[in-house]
Amino acid sequence: MEKLFKLFAQLSASFVFVILVATVIVLYITAKPAIEEFGAHFIIEPRWGVEVTQNKPTDRTPAGATANSGTTKSAVSDHTSTTDNSTADTNSSDNTIDDSMDTPMDDSMDNEFGSDENIPMDDDTDTGQANLPDTAGKNTKILYGGAIPIIGTLFSTLIAMLFAIPVSMGIAVFLSEIANQHVARPIGVAIELLAAIPSIIYGMWALFYFGPFLASIFGGHSVSLLIAGLVLGIMVIPFMAALSRDAINTTPDVLKESAYAMGATKFEVIKDIIFPYARAGIIGSIIVSLGRAMGETMAVAFVIGGVFKFAHKLTDPTTSIPVVLANNFAESSGISMNALFYLSLILFVVSFITIFSAKYFFLRRH
Amino acid sequence: MRLLVNKIAIALSSLTAILGLIFLGWILITLILKGSTALSPYIFTHDLVNNGIRNLLWGQFVLAGLASAIGIPVGLLAGIYLQEYGNHTRYADFIRDLSDVMMSAPSIVIGTFIYAIIVIPVGHTNGWAGIAALFVMMLPIVVRTTDDMLSLVPTELREAGIAIGAPKYHVIFHIILKAAKVGIMTGLILAFARIVGETAPLLYTSGSTIYMETSLSQTFPSMTVSIYNLATMPDEKLVALAWAAALILTIAVLALNLIGRFLIKDRRL
Repeated sequence: MEKLFKLFAQLSASFVFVILVATVIVLYITAKPAIEEFGAHFIIEPRWGVEVTQNKPTDRTPAGATANSGTTKSAVSDHTSTTDNSTADTNSSDNTIDDSMDTPMDDSMDNEFGSDENIPMDDDTDTGQANLPDTAGKNTKILYGGAIPIIGTLFSTLIAMLFAIPVSMGIAVFLSEIANQHVARPIGVAIELLAAIPSIIYGMWALFYFGPFLASIFGGHSVSLLIAGLVLGIMVIPFMAALSRDAINTTPDVLKESAYAMGATKFEVIKDIIFPYARAGIIGSIIVSLGRAMGETMAVAFVIGGVFKFAHKLTDPTTSIPVVLANNFAESSGISMNALFYLSLILFVVSFITIFSAKYFFLRRH
Repeated sequence: MRLLVNKIAIALSSLTAILGLIFLGWILITLILKGSTALSPYIFTHDLVNNGIRNLLWGQFVLAGLASAIGIPVGLLAGIYLQEYGNHTRYADFIRDLSDVMMSAPSIVIGTFIYAIIVIPVGHTNGWAGIAALFVMMLPIVVRTTDDMLSLVPTELREAGIAIGAPKYHVIFHIILKAAKVGIMTGLILAFARIVGETAPLLYTSGSTIYMETSLSQTFPSMTVSIYNLATMPDEKLVALAWAAALILTIAVLALNLIGRFLIKDRRL
């Protein structure tokens, strides 16, 4: 009986591991055709579901260029966001599907790889190189590329963080240092409750109220990158504020009192005593919120627009990885389905890295 | 000068706090105003095909309930293992890390995973796939809370149990779990509240239907997915229905959270 119980408990614990490994493997297997077809080039390819004629062999793009993009995820992300302008420019001419699109595309790739020399070559790009002769042999193929959703995800998360970090820090400091107990406790509880509201509620509110409200101020559509980013920001504020407040509250009173005794003002205590002391916890809370914002589907799906276009302005609609997955999954099959799984795998790996770095910061504190 | 900077900083901090609260209050107020207009006894007694939400309530409850029915025992056992059997071993720490990562995995990715292993072989969306997706969402939360709550139980209790000659599973069931009962209950309620409001993993696993459905091997009604579909409809009436459903969902989630909170408070007294 004792052995049996222990065995069951151990099995259940291993189940967590099994599910996580299964997720990675299943996503990889289902994404495999797309990975083999597009290789690491998928990450910087801005076209989705566009049929391309390839009359001339792709000798203008050297095989090494494709290999370049297979570096670490963060390097690629930085690289795609810095070269956003060049791809965005060429993309406008790519929207019309004609035979002459080979030229701007090649140019844009040259641009991107030209600015990319500092990224070290990666050994793990066999698939990227291997399929080059294969694809060059075909006359037409349908291209799928993840650049637009990836950049959409990055930018909406960036906007969310730019908005959420100052506001959450303000709330956290207000709750722990400025407000007295009678005010801080109910507000703290309210904020923790708001963190529990389903994200679809935020999405609906944004679609019907916040979007039109912002559009009337900034102009443009009532669905846009800016609105998606701000809604994400509002969504993670309660979460981030509650975690940061807990981190700030761990500062020993003795430290604060010593500083006050030296004649420091409240602001100086917050800036020089509390923030340095609670830094690891605050950074951890920011990264956890970042992971949340990045993988959020429902709050964004209503307001980002879901169109495969780069947002030239903040008020343009675009799309993000979770939204692409949510909107296009039902009507996909074959290679487009594989491409969606590829996107899903990318999102999973990125969020995996994010959470592990968060754990690193949290762990360092204890 | 320093005092001035101090005043400005404090004013800014209070201002951002107020700004944040305004946004959050705005959401709740619109939700209550819009949601209450379509609320009537009618929508609780009719299915979506007749402009009611009865089948959606049923569907969401069944999906989340069955996911909990599978997820809670597995999660509890895993948490017990981490804290009672494998504590301080490398394997337990590894599982702990993984379950934290899984807790923060994007919910839509879990949806795609379940789609690949259940929906593709079956050929159409079905209730079991929705339950599986919610189960994967819930498992790490249950593991984490059980683990945390058991770690609060004093070691002396365990030693006392073992000292009188009780086998370990007996100690766990009759002493440790009883000591940590309230905390674990709270965690379970919060975990249930979390998966009740999930949309993304259900989008293409359970799907949603406008009819009453009792067979889990068919496309199953889901409240959150239907809110998503209804809110983007041009028909005003359906949008109002979506708001009503959203209000009910929010009230349910907040009520569960409040119950959990009061349980914690009782524990402290």
